[in-house]
Amino acid sequence: MLGYVIQRLIQASLVMLAMSALVFVGVYAIGNPIDVLISPDATQDIRAATIRHYGLDLPLWQQYLAFLGRLVQGDLGRSFVLNIPVLELVLSRLPATLELALASVLIGAFIGIPLGIYAGYKPDSPVSKGIMAASVLGFSVPTFWVGLILILTFAVNLDWLPAGQRGPTVEVLGVGWSFLTLEGLQFLALPALNLSLFKLAMMIRLSRAGTREVMLSDTVKFARAAGLSEFTILRRHVLRLISIPLVTVFGLEFGSTLAFAVVTETIFSWPGVGKLIIDSITSLDRPVMVGYLVLVAFLFVTINLVVDLTYALLDPRLRRGGRV
Amino acid sequence: MAAFWREYRESWIAVVALAVVLLVVAAALLAPWITPQDPYDLANLNLRDARRAPGFVGSGGYVHWLGTDAQGRDLFSAILYGLRISLQMGIAAGAVAMTLGATLGILAANAGGRIEQAIMRVVDLQLSFPAILLALVLVAVLGQGKVPLIIALVTAQYAYFARTAYGAATAERQKDYVEAARATPLPGHRVVVRHLLPNCLPPLIVVGTVQVANAISLEATLSFLGLGLPPTEPSLGMLIANGFQYMMSGRTWISVYPGIALIVLIVAINVVGDQLRDQFNPRLRR
Repeated sequence: MLGYVIQRLIQASLVMLAMSALVFVGVYAIGNPIDVLISPDATQDIRAATIRHYGLDLPLWQQYLAFLGRLVQGDLGRSFVLNIPVLELVLSRLPATLELALASVLIGAFIGIPLGIYAGYKPDSPVSKGIMAASVLGFSVPTFWVGLILILTFAVNLDWLPAGQRGPTVEVLGVGWSFLTLEGLQFLALPALNLSLFKLAMMIRLSRAGTREVMLSDTVKFARAAGLSEFTILRRHVLRLISIPLVTVFGLEFGSTLAFAVVTETIFSWPGVGKLIIDSITSLDRPVMVGYLVLVAFLFVTINLVVDLTYALLDPRLRRGGRV
Repeated sequence: MAAFWREYRESWIAVVALAVVLLVVAAALLAPWITPQDPYDLANLNLRDARRAPGFVGSGGYVHWLGTDAQGRDLFSAILYGLRISLQMGIAAGAVAMTLGATLGILAANAGGRIEQAIMRVVDLQLSFPAILLALVLVAVLGQGKVPLIIALVTAQYAYFARTAYGAATAERQKDYVEAARATPLPGHRVVVRHLLPNCLPPLIVVGTVQVANAISLEATLSFLGLGLPPTEPSLGMLIANGFQYMMSGRTWISVYPGIALIVLIVAINVVGDQLRDQFNPRLRR
């Protein structure tokens, strides 16, 4: 088991190294960041001094090594535009995104799984067919469009909920959270719903497929023979059996939710990391782009590592190294 | 082929979806002949016609059935021209991604060893990374334009094709007919191209249809975020983005109609893809 863990850790660090190199070269090698930093009518001296100050006169591999050295120490550089450390900037925006992502994953699970179980339990009923049709829509309709429709319906036409921005926050452990106040929740509702639609559709599909399979199994036959009510069977047996793959996907999806938050945050002006990356792309703020991408890559590698190690814990066959 | 179509016809939803896809493609192809105006010829535009509600009769003397946008363009015309660009992007990106992905996947399955390991590691890594982020970064780095956008979409999508082709090819190459073909003096690449590839096509076609829809949707998303095509080549995503700012003031049609066109197209393509998958799936065969 220890050998497997070490092997996976080395793999994960290699992947991180490759990702950081790709991101660095991709973002720094193309175009000249100096054009963004100083106005075109600056004197040659100022130009040269700025280039030297940021180390932009060095060869690319030296710049990368310096970047890597700082990265290991947790220094992602300073934002060109806002002139504050990137790590600080990203971390200050992270709670808003985490809150949004968590809310949407929870909506996806708590609405999606019951609907999916129902659709799998009664696959031929019209309600189930409606649920499945809705899930196809949830998969195929682009997030930004649903966001627009949500704003149009609930903010413009009905005027029930605010159309954007984050509500008031309450400080807990030094971080501001908005889900603790009623007003904050109102601001959270539409973006969270928007972001959750894809997850909702997926949870419905997964739990439907799982339920259809489990309903045919001996477990359910015996439970029925034992005289358990259908509801008890669904809750005590089916739900438990289908929950393992659901939890995996849930974990993996959390990462991609953070990524998809880019779109939702832009539409709803939600001040999270997704909005930050879009703003940094439009203002060519390279350190922020690089820092964000390295952090997201780190997050993904970590999630994958944790999932792999959890699998190894659950399935002894995987521990003896090698591929599956 | 006839049998395939007969089976396809059994699902009326799939038939309707196919009809919709064909209709949209035809309308996009014929856009210059069936639209009342060329929305990108500035001489045709009149600012007095701007932001008019559907049904308005503009200075051109014809009815704007879907209203006009902020520049006074007829929305119906703008949508058809936008569809052209969206479809172009989706099909081009899908085709390139499919070629690249299928080549890599079959190569990996055939070569084995280090090459297989290297290719599939990269593919798996990319699959675990959200496509939209990748596309976002590439577009940001490469700049705006059709070619950068296609590169971004292909990079974001080829991995799905590579996975599918790899899976299909590894399954196929263990079968006897491949073995038999290899026993003949045919060169190895001929066996791959003439025997292995055709049998890997069905799953690739299914993934292809879905990925074209995804590419269109991704392109619209990027354009909506202002990172897609330049304003001179407005796809549906940009039309929607342009209308977004007028939505709050109740001029909803500028965003809503292009959006409906986009969704109808994407959903129809997905339904066709679903039906194809069911038909190609041997487990669901009766």
